[in-house]
Formats: sequence, structure tokens, C-alpha cells
Amino acid sequence: MSDLLLELFSEEIPARMQARAADDLKKLVTGKLVDAGLVYEGAKAFATPRRLTLIVHGIPARQPDLKEEKKGPRVGAPDGAIQGFLRSAGLKSLDEATIQKDPKKGDFYLALIEKPGRPAIEVLAEMLPVVVRTFPWPKSMRWGEGSANQGALNWVRPLHRIVATFGPETEEPEVVPFQVDGIAAGDMTEGHRFLAPAAFKVRHFDDYVDKLGKAKVVLDPERRKEMILADAKNLAFAQGYELVEDQPLLDEVSGLVEWPVVLMGSFDAAFLKIPDEVIQATIRNNQKCFVLRDPSSAKLVNKFILVANVESSDQGKAIVAGNERVIRARLSDAKFFYDTDLKTRLEDRLPKFENIVFHEKLGTQAERIARIERLAAQISPLVKSDVAKAERAARLAKADLLTDVVGEFPELQGLMGRYYAEAQGEDEAVAHAIEDHYKPKGPDDLVPADPVSIAVALADKVDMLVGFWAIDEKPTGSKDPYGLRRAALGAIRIVLDNGLRLRLLSDLGKGVTVDLLAFFADRLKVQLRDQGARHDLVDAVFSLQGQDDLVLIVRRVEALGKFLDTDDGKNLLAGYKRAVNIIRIEEKKDNTTYTGAPDAKLYQLAEEKALAAAIGVAKDEAGRAVAKEDFAAAMSAMAKLRPAVDAFFDKVTVNVDDKALRANRLKLLNEIREATRAVADFSRIEG
Amino acid sequence: MAESLPAHMRPERSFQGLILALQRFWADYGCVILQPYDMEVGAGTFHPATTLRALGPKPWNAAYVQPSRRPKDGRYGENPNRLQHYYQFQVILKPSPPDIQDLYLRSLYAIGIDPKLHDIRFVEDDWESPTLGAWGLGWECWCDGMEVSQFTYFQQVAGFECAPVAGELTYGLERLAMYVQGVERVYDLNFNGRDGNDKVTYGDVFLQAEQEYSRHNFEYADTDMLFAQFKMAEEACRKYLAAGWQQNGKGDTAKRRHLMALPAYDQCIKASHVFNLLDARGVISVTERQSYILRVRELAKACGEAWLATDGGGAV
Repeated sequence: MSDLLLELFSEEIPARMQARAADDLKKLVTGKLVDAGLVYEGAKAFATPRRLTLIVHGIPARQPDLKEEKKGPRVGAPDGAIQGFLRSAGLKSLDEATIQKDPKKGDFYLALIEKPGRPAIEVLAEMLPVVVRTFPWPKSMRWGEGSANQGALNWVRPLHRIVATFGPETEEPEVVPFQVDGIAAGDMTEGHRFLAPAAFKVRHFDDYVDKLGKAKVVLDPERRKEMILADAKNLAFAQGYELVEDQPLLDEVSGLVEWPVVLMGSFDAAFLKIPDEVIQATIRNNQKCFVLRDPSSAKLVNKFILVANVESSDQGKAIVAGNERVIRARLSDAKFFYDTDLKTRLEDRLPKFENIVFHEKLGTQAERIARIERLAAQISPLVKSDVAKAERAARLAKADLLTDVVGEFPELQGLMGRYYAEAQGEDEAVAHAIEDHYKPKGPDDLVPADPVSIAVALADKVDMLVGFWAIDEKPTGSKDPYGLRRAALGAIRIVLDNGLRLRLLSDLGKGVTVDLLAFFADRLKVQLRDQGARHDLVDAVFSLQGQDDLVLIVRRVEALGKFLDTDDGKNLLAGYKRAVNIIRIEEKKDNTTYTGAPDAKLYQLAEEKALAAAIGVAKDEAGRAVAKEDFAAAMSAMAKLRPAVDAFFDKVTVNVDDKALRANRLKLLNEIREATRAVADFSRIEG
Repeated sequence: MAESLPAHMRPERSFQGLILALQRFWADYGCVILQPYDMEVGAGTFHPATTLRALGPKPWNAAYVQPSRRPKDGRYGENPNRLQHYYQFQVILKPSPPDIQDLYLRSLYAIGIDPKLHDIRFVEDDWESPTLGAWGLGWECWCDGMEVSQFTYFQQVAGFECAPVAGELTYGLERLAMYVQGVERVYDLNFNGRDGNDKVTYGDVFLQAEQEYSRHNFEYADTDMLFAQFKMAEEACRKYLAAGWQQNGKGDTAKRRHLMALPAYDQCIKASHVFNLLDARGVISVTERQSYILRVRELAKACGEAWLATDGGGAV
């Protein structure tokens, strides 16, 4: 068994592409190995800013031999067919073929082709250039003299070296002999760009990792992340601070260094007057540095953590000083933006929205804000929000989009609005509603709970949905450019988490149509399914008439789910299905429908009378329970139907010769269907 | 490196010393050291020594300072780093040499930035110029967290594939000088490297100009004239392009040559700058903006096509 070590050494690979590229390299090479009959024991890929590396363990030295039978033309076929067969099977004459007897269709020729397996290194030498040439970089480029030629190699950035060694762990490996666009595979690589630039020879993976380590390169990105995180936490802890952890930033900086050196810098404490989020966005987005906080107050401190790629001769003094200067300049800009923003009241920004188009068919931002304001006012009484506050918050909610800080850091929208609202003395609830009205932005985001926030957040989302529904710009497939699915789900979560009793069709202005309601139903289904509920139960409830109160729908679904878990529920469902089946078949046969009340005078058997009575009682009880929104009681009422249904099927024959009697019995069965509709549309329930 | 220079020529204390050190470095490499192009441009890339010379098969190594004008970036001299007129140092190497990254790092060393002492990083940055119909891949080069250069492998210019690819290095001179001089405000840069009464600062040279041009760019630039100039430049560009085409021979062996690619391209540059001025004056709406950019791009593409039919563009 042999190991393959492959390294593609290039100029700096964008950090965001490295993990995916390592993965692609592994999939491509191992996929092709398997296709070539070379099963391997294990593979792992790594990336640094300058290299993609793959190790594949346990590759057999040769491919297995292949034996293949090739069927030829029948004996005595025209010469053209015979010659074609010989050519394709690689035979010199028919003497090399055998004849297969076939009494039915006639005897035919058969060639036995034996393909001896090739040495794995040869297979690799053919496969690896293809992998390099067809590598799926999101964006790639040409470079240098060769770029003038047709078919020049494309790579993410100029490719300089290829290491490809192959051999058993215990022996000196061989170089896989291939070249791509003038770059010959070899066994030489380079260390850190500044700390150990000399080239050196590598053998196996262990040797490679070891030598890279000595040449100041940490190959494994996970290891680099661990080192950065541990050092950053330690540096922070030593000064009594706490690192504000940031996984996406950690992923990115670990892709910018081969030899992480974690250093701490500071900035003027006067900048701490800027909101923490603005400081963090400035330091993170622009400088790719981490911020620190005081563990007791959770407020940021005037320190930051940077990750350098070198151990410098002055222990990082110049590097820290340089970064401090840049951060000072950036924070000065941010402070300038923030101070400038504070000079203009939010309401004074609003006229500008008259010239900003929200959507060409939906008018300006100013018009949209006016709509949200009206809707928030309308919703307010239903969610126990103060109307004036909701209107005020809705009017100001978008104003921060025109501030300098949000222009610079769009992710701070809403939050900056709250800060500016507080600074200009707005009511607390109004300020919070400005921040919260975008929420929940994702599945992990908090749902607004304050009544004013609820009113504005709902109005914002419903206006979006109603607007885009009105102009028929609904999400299709994977396309949802306006985030309407998220908006609907956000509205649903606000309603459910707060137990808001709203009739979507009538309480939210004129815009919510039956079609939009169906979209809500779909989103609710997804939401409930994610929580483990059965989506068919949601359908069973939604398909009842006039279901537009989300809280009730969910409660009914829950009660229905519990009921169907009981024996009574299962049997009633089975009885229901049996009844519906019979009716459906007979209706089809007779080309009519059996609806309407059965005639009590035609009941002959006790079971008929008992069922009719039980249906009456169940309908009545369930109806009363539903009116009281006690769905568990409604289900219990339904459960009482079960013995009567079972007895009916046991004792009563529906398809009798007496036509009137038969019709009446079918109508009675139909009553079961009607009765169950008091709680759900059982026909939508699966199983 | 810098130690052998007299104090007033050292990059770490003299803005002009920094420029001269870069020129010296690239001259030693074998570049032709050009002077700035004598027209208003938004970046060093617009210089025909980059835009046009990046097209076609002929090798070309050049370096030059290019005063660059970005009317919108004016801040009346009040912002410590923003200027409507600043200098770029531009290097264009075609084809891009295999050791171009090392060359770049050595040029930093030549102006006093020692990679053993500083943290130098190549951070992804894809470059695109919609007006030039050009794009390339490369990096922002960071020194201790500050972007000091742009590094681009040109893939396409004026809508044509670059064959071979040129490497472009653009040094932001003021920023770099502020870094090596340790200065927080661009106007405090020591321009001539002298002390006391002999010292001339960047502010002495340019502060008044920044104030006056900001006023001009944002408030007083004559928009009627500029709209007319845009049209005139566009028409002239097309006129020169049309007049410059020449057919040698007939039928399949005919060779199309162009005799006025450079004068036509000047008008394209002109149109681009006039558009930038109009944009700064805020008289171009969002939708119009796109169409102006497209109009300039069409000119740039036609000029690129013409250039490729000249000697400089490698036409045979």
C-alpha cells in the first residue's frame, strides 16, 4: 500500500475559497481513484494561503486486472460487421475469438478481453494534470508568458510548484511524473514567505508536515484556528479581559496566515463613546481584528487582537504600532460619522425618502413608510400597543438607512436607529421598536415581545408581503430576492411566540388575500415540520373554512396530533377512511352524491340509530368545545363516535337491494365525514 | 537601500524622495520611467501606457507617477486622508514576470519597509473598471493592517482578453508616505525632506488646491459646459476612430490598420473625466449614471480595437 502526497503551491489564495478548495481537491482525486479501481484507505486535504495539500493513504500499487467479455456478430455475418468487431475488441483474427452457441438466435462470436491493471503511479500521472486543469475555482485567472497561448492553465492565482510523491510509507517515494503547463511535479516545496523562504525536499506526509512546521507553516487550518483562539483568549485573560468570539472572522484570519502570531493593541479610550457595535464593525470589517470586553460589564474595552503572519525581530512592536495607527484612523472616521449622524434628527431625514424608490411598482420609500405607519396603527389595538407610539416608531424605523454609520455598516441598521432615537429623547418603547422591527431576521434571532415592537415589526413584514403579492412578485423555487419567505416566517413567529389572536384575512388591512394566506400556511407547515409536527395535520386544519388565526390553527394541530396518537383517534380515522371509501365508490358507481341529512324513519337496526345519535351528540359537543377553543375536548367528543362507528361497520350492511335504505345508509356514513369536519378535514390526514 | 541616500532624499522623511526611490528601483529592473500623462484621469490605469499597452502581444515594462483626480473624493481639505487630487505610482509589467510578488516586496524594502519587521499580507481583491471594460484578479497589499498597494493581473482590458497577461502594481503614494513618515494627516507630509524653514509640506503644495477644487467640483463646475464637453469628446472619439481605419490590400489578404488610436483614446479619457465631474456635481441620476458608464465603455472598447490594429498593439 502506498501514499500519495500532493501539494499545489501558489500565490495567495483568497481566504474565503480555501476550505471549499481543499474539499474539492479531495473529492476530485479520490473520486477518480475509485473510478480507476484504486480503492484507498483514507484521505485528508488542507489549505493555507499559499498551498492546497492532499494526502491519500493506502492506495494499492496496481489497478486490479479486468476481464471483459465482448459480444460480437453472429457466425456468418457480413465481413464488415466481423472486421468492426475485431477492431473494437482488439483481435487480429477470428481465431482469437470464441463461438458462443445459441440454438434460438444462432451462434455468435465472443471476445475475451483481458485488461491487465496498470501501476497506480501511471494512473496518477494521467489523472492529476486533469484535476489541476479542471479544478472548480469560483474565479480563476491566467498569468505570465504562457497566458498568451490558447489553452493556458487557469488557476486561482499563479501556480508555482507541484509536489506529487507516491510510495509505501517505509520506502523512499517516487515523484509522480507529470507536468501541467510547464510546471513539472516534483518533491520540492517552500516554507513561509518571509520566515523560511528557502525551498526544501519532502518525502511522505509526516516528513512534509514536520518540515513545514520547521519552516514556519502550520498546514492544518483547524490547528491554526485553535492556536489563534487559544492565544487570543490567553492574551485577553492575562489583562483581565474577555475575547469577543467571532467564528466567521476566525475562519477568515486563519486563511490569511501560515504562521499565526497573535498580538494585542489598543486605541484611545475616548473612542469608547462610540457604540460598541460600531467599534466592533469598524475593527472587524475593515481591519479583520477581534475586540475585547470587560467580563464584568460586558462592555468593550479599548483593546483589540490582531493576527499577524510573522514573528518580527522586534516582537511585533512595529506591527502593533502600525495596526494601532490604522485603527485609530478608522475609529476617527467612525466617530466622525456617528457624531455627524447625531446632529440630524431622525424625522428630518424623512423627506429624502420621497426620492428613493423602494420598488418601481410599489412606489417610494416614503410611501412604504406611510403604509407601515397606517398598518402599525391598525394592528396596535389588537396587540395591546399604544397607537401613537407605534405610529411614531413606524415613521422613524427606516430613517437610519440614511445615516453615515449605516451607510458604512449596513448590518447595523435598526440598531443605529435605536441609538439615535434614544439620543434624541424618544420614548423607550419607540426606540426599541425601531431596532426590533426587522426581527426576527433568522431562525436564531429573538422575536420582538414588546407590544409597540410587535405592531411595527408585523406591519413592516405584512406590508412587504401584501405589496409584492399585489404586483405578483412571489417567491418561486429557490428565488426569493425580496426575502418574502423570511418575512412570512418572521410574522408567523411573532404571532405564535406572543400568542397573538389575529384574523389574518380581516385584521391586517385589505391586502391579505386567500392566496397570501396559503403562503402563510406553507411557511407555517415548514415551521411546524421543523419542530417535529406532521405537515398533513396542518393541511387537515387549514383546509377547513376560514382558518386564518395562527394561534388557533397551531393549537388545533397539536390537539389533533395528540388525538391521533391514541387508539380512539387511530380507530376513528380508520372508520372515517372506510366510510369515505364506501361513499366514494358508490357515488362513482351511481354517478350521484350522497349528502344531506339521512331520514331517521328509515333506520332499521339499533346500530344505525346508535350511530346517528352518537353523531348528533359528538357534533354538538365538539361544536361547543371548538367555540370555547377547547380542542382537546372537541377531540374527546369525536372519540365518543368510535364505538358506534365500529358497531355500525360490524353489523350493518350498506349495499342492500332496497335502494332507499341503501341511500339512507350512505347518507349516514356521510354524516361521519361531516361530523369530523368540526375538528379537522380528516381526508387530508395520511396513514 | 535608503541608508546610502542623503537625509533629504530618504523615503521615510521626504515625499519626493519616496517617489524617486520607487522610480530608481523600477528603472534598475528595466522599466521605462515615463512621466505622467498630460490629461486628467481618475487613476494611473487610464494612462495609455497601461490601458492600451496592456493589449496585444508586445512585451512592455513601464513605471510612472500619475496624478489622479477623483472629484467626488474632495473634502475641502478637511479630511486627513481624502483628496480629490492625489498621486499614484504605477508599474506595468507585460508579461507578468514569475517573480513579480518578490519584486514588489523588494520595492517596499527599497522605500524602507522591511518585511522582517512588518506584517505584509496579500488580501484578496478583485479589480474591475466598468468604464474601461477591464477586470483582473489580485490583492490589496497590507502593511501592518494598512492597504498600501493594489496588485492586479489584468485579464481583460477594453473588452479584449489580455494575451499575455500584464501585472499591474499601484502604490497609493500619499498613504505610503504617511506610513513611512509616521504622519497622521496627509497635509503634514514632508514633501522635500528638508527641516525648519526649508521644509515644504504636502499642505503647502496642495491644501489650497484641495479647497478650491472641492468648491469647484461640488458647487460651481459648469454643468452645461460639461454636458456639452461630454458629447463633444464622445463625438470626436468616434470621428477619429472612424477616420483612422485603413484597409491595405483587398479580399482575404486585406489588413486592417488603424492610424489614430491614441488621439481617439484621449477623447475617451476626456469623456470619462467629464463624467466624473458631472457625477460629483450630483446632476446625473442613478439610472442615467449606468448609461454614461456604458457610453464611456463603448468608447474604450472601440479604442482598444483600434489599438490592436496598430504597431504598438502588435498588428502585423
